[in-house]
Amino acid sequence: MTVETGAQGTVLRLTDITKRFGALTANDAVSFHLDRGEVVALLGENGAGKTTLMNILFGQYTADDGSVELFGHPLPPGNSRAALDAGVGMVHQHFTLADNLSVLDNIVLGTQSLWRMRADRAAARAKIEQLAQDFGLAVVADAKVGTLSVGERQRVEILKALYRDARILILDEPTAVLTPQETDALFVTLREMVARGLSVIFISHKLHEVMAIANRVVVLRHGKVVGAVETAVTDRHKLAELMVGAEVKPPVVRASKPGPALMRLNGVSTPAQGNTPGLDHADLELRAGQIVGIAGVSGNGQAALAGLLAGTERPSDGDMDIHGLHPQDWSPRTAMAAGIARIPEDRHKTGSIADFTLTENAILEGFDKPPFARGGWMSWRAARDFAANVILKYDVRCPGPETRIRLLSGGNMQKLILGRALETKPQVILANQPVRGLDIGAITFVHGQLLAARDRGAAVLLISEDLDEVMALSDVIHVLYEGQISPPFARGSMTAAQLGVWMAGGGAQDAA
Amino acid sequence: MRLEPIANPTLARTLGYPLLALIATVVIGSLLAMLAGANPFGVLGLILQGAAGSKFAILETLNRATPLIFTGLAVAVAFRAKLWNIGAEAQLYAGAVMTALIGTGALPWPSAALWPLMIVAAMLAGALVLLGPALLKVRFGVDEVVTTLLFNFVVLLFVSYLLEGPLKDPMGMGWPQSARLIPDARLPRIATGLRLHWGFGIALISALVVWVIQSRTTLGYAMRAVGLNRQAAEFAGIPVGRVILKTALLSGGLAALAGFSEVAGLKGNLTLDISPGFGYTGIIVAMLALLNPIGVVVSAIFVAGVFVGADSMSRAAGVPTYIADIMLASSLLTMVLAISLTRVRVRWR
Repeated sequence: MTVETGAQGTVLRLTDITKRFGALTANDAVSFHLDRGEVVALLGENGAGKTTLMNILFGQYTADDGSVELFGHPLPPGNSRAALDAGVGMVHQHFTLADNLSVLDNIVLGTQSLWRMRADRAAARAKIEQLAQDFGLAVVADAKVGTLSVGERQRVEILKALYRDARILILDEPTAVLTPQETDALFVTLREMVARGLSVIFISHKLHEVMAIANRVVVLRHGKVVGAVETAVTDRHKLAELMVGAEVKPPVVRASKPGPALMRLNGVSTPAQGNTPGLDHADLELRAGQIVGIAGVSGNGQAALAGLLAGTERPSDGDMDIHGLHPQDWSPRTAMAAGIARIPEDRHKTGSIADFTLTENAILEGFDKPPFARGGWMSWRAARDFAANVILKYDVRCPGPETRIRLLSGGNMQKLILGRALETKPQVILANQPVRGLDIGAITFVHGQLLAARDRGAAVLLISEDLDEVMALSDVIHVLYEGQISPPFARGSMTAAQLGVWMAGGGAQDAA
Repeated sequence: MRLEPIANPTLARTLGYPLLALIATVVIGSLLAMLAGANPFGVLGLILQGAAGSKFAILETLNRATPLIFTGLAVAVAFRAKLWNIGAEAQLYAGAVMTALIGTGALPWPSAALWPLMIVAAMLAGALVLLGPALLKVRFGVDEVVTTLLFNFVVLLFVSYLLEGPLKDPMGMGWPQSARLIPDARLPRIATGLRLHWGFGIALISALVVWVIQSRTTLGYAMRAVGLNRQAAEFAGIPVGRVILKTALLSGGLAALAGFSEVAGLKGNLTLDISPGFGYTGIIVAMLALLNPIGVVVSAIFVAGVFVGADSMSRAAGVPTYIADIMLASSLLTMVLAISLTRVRVRWR
């Protein structure tokens, strides 16, 4: 196989890419290059311009200025097929696979003529098996994609790109859904790929992964390249500083003073929702002044557990106990009345109403109770005062309380939801993926608020896919796998690798 | 082609595009009139004259706007909560039937007692007609577009049966119509000698009431929340099913008032043709008003003006009356497009 390359083996060169959206400059004269046989990490917070840059490469957007050169040839702007045809493959964070088709069909889909599909299948199968063997991407060609785990699906996505003879592979936040062990396996594959002369762009905001896999790191901040460094001559702290533009301090977690149990689940089960399992005889204890973290790959019953606390889900079996009460009529209303504050996983779809103003969103959970309403009549003055208070106290950056919330960034939206929940002085706090997609400033703020609530004596349940986050904040960690909750692990008693074994379902056997 | 949303449209944009839409409508109408053999340049003048050129014309337009305000409000209320009520026509007839039942002499009461009774009874009947589809939607997830649409035919056929049977006017020379309402049951005219009746006043009051409900009450807040994001509303503990049922009651009741006002105010008896599709035109009215209850009044008067004006124009210019229908349809399409364009910018690549 010969690869056409430009000068010094450069396969991709972006020169002075600028893209403006109205007043916002998403990419400001961004330049970097990718050589044959190397992994370049694109590091930056949410909104730093990583996605815009990739959209320009794939012709979704046309750059206002600058040029892209691929394998020594200029790339025509605004052509969504050009990059794909030239041999650039992309694995998105959210997979683009058809659940009801086999692995083989998913991989060949769109590459073959509709008329001759049968005849080419044997050749396609042979090619896939060869690729799988070369790169350590074990998959069963005839398995239905719907039955695969997240890690397996990602391998199918990578195979899909390789099958199309990609010479450059772009991975967008590939480790977000993987266990530590699966991440290691992915890295083995990536190293094999670069050893064979392919090139990889690795988009991430996780510093230790970037340090582990990349040869070079290009750091983006506010649309500008603020640094391009070899991983050999830098470290995590310097990268973090580059990325955020200020020194980053990890959260200071003081020892917890656990109080009485506020909520208990005893052998609680919930029905499965389609492919995702419900809880399976789960035992859990939430104590005052303690953060309980739930680690695990998403889709293992997190939704059911969160729904149970939020009041949208009811136990089908087992016993739920909230300050000694056993609620019969369990609903969002009764959950809130029992002192549970809820921070939902999806702040856009469940946490807020996009076309409502900040004021209207701030009172969403209590709009029909005093002081916001009396006898069916709204008191907008009280609502505005409350919203203004939340905006001030929780540092929600916005033009004002009458702004529609859709115009806010994710971080500011989350701060409003957080403030709305915490202002009720809750005894139990459900925080489901509370910082997903937020920038470091917002993450620090949200974590600080959760810790402060803990120190005030609230019981916090933290559900997160990010193992680092769970390990940093939680006083007690449980791992959720296929609806089963592991025994509690005290802070610091388990390493990430040990928790990873539990996340992959191997914990109970090894312990036995 | 790309659409980019505009956060804060300028005043020029907000007013300019709807104005362009009006001009486009007039141009289309003029071209059609020319095809039909009339002088295209007089069309605009004839329409304006027909819709608002005299006291008579203005009152005629307002009279025509009255049922459209009611059905427009009914649709606006329902659509706000994403309850797709396509059955305002059925609810209108339900209200008309109740008005005829009570008002034709069954209860020889004075006006002060009859009017409230007829209003309440009509609203209840309309509310019940929409309650069925709403319950099916909430309980079983049955698509209300289908059920409310089909109910229109069921109710219309039922009214046809009533007018051929129990409600048939014995003195009606065999026509399918009810007896006339007793004088005490009739809505008086706003001023003597004018054809405009108090139904228009009730329509304005209704619009105001709906506006107050939507902006000042917890029910209105819940309706908007359910309509904008049902999932978030459910998560926040809003009883979505109950809110949809309440919305249905209000919407059906408002549509029924159109039937009440046409029978008690304009016509004086129930016939099968009291509504030339006011229920459906109400959807146009509500959409043009962006579901705003005060906007419904304006857009109902606009739509009625196009109807009345184009009607009068077609008679004066000697062109078919269908041109009026086409003009209304094109005014809707261009206006909807214009209203979208005030909020997004189109980028051609």
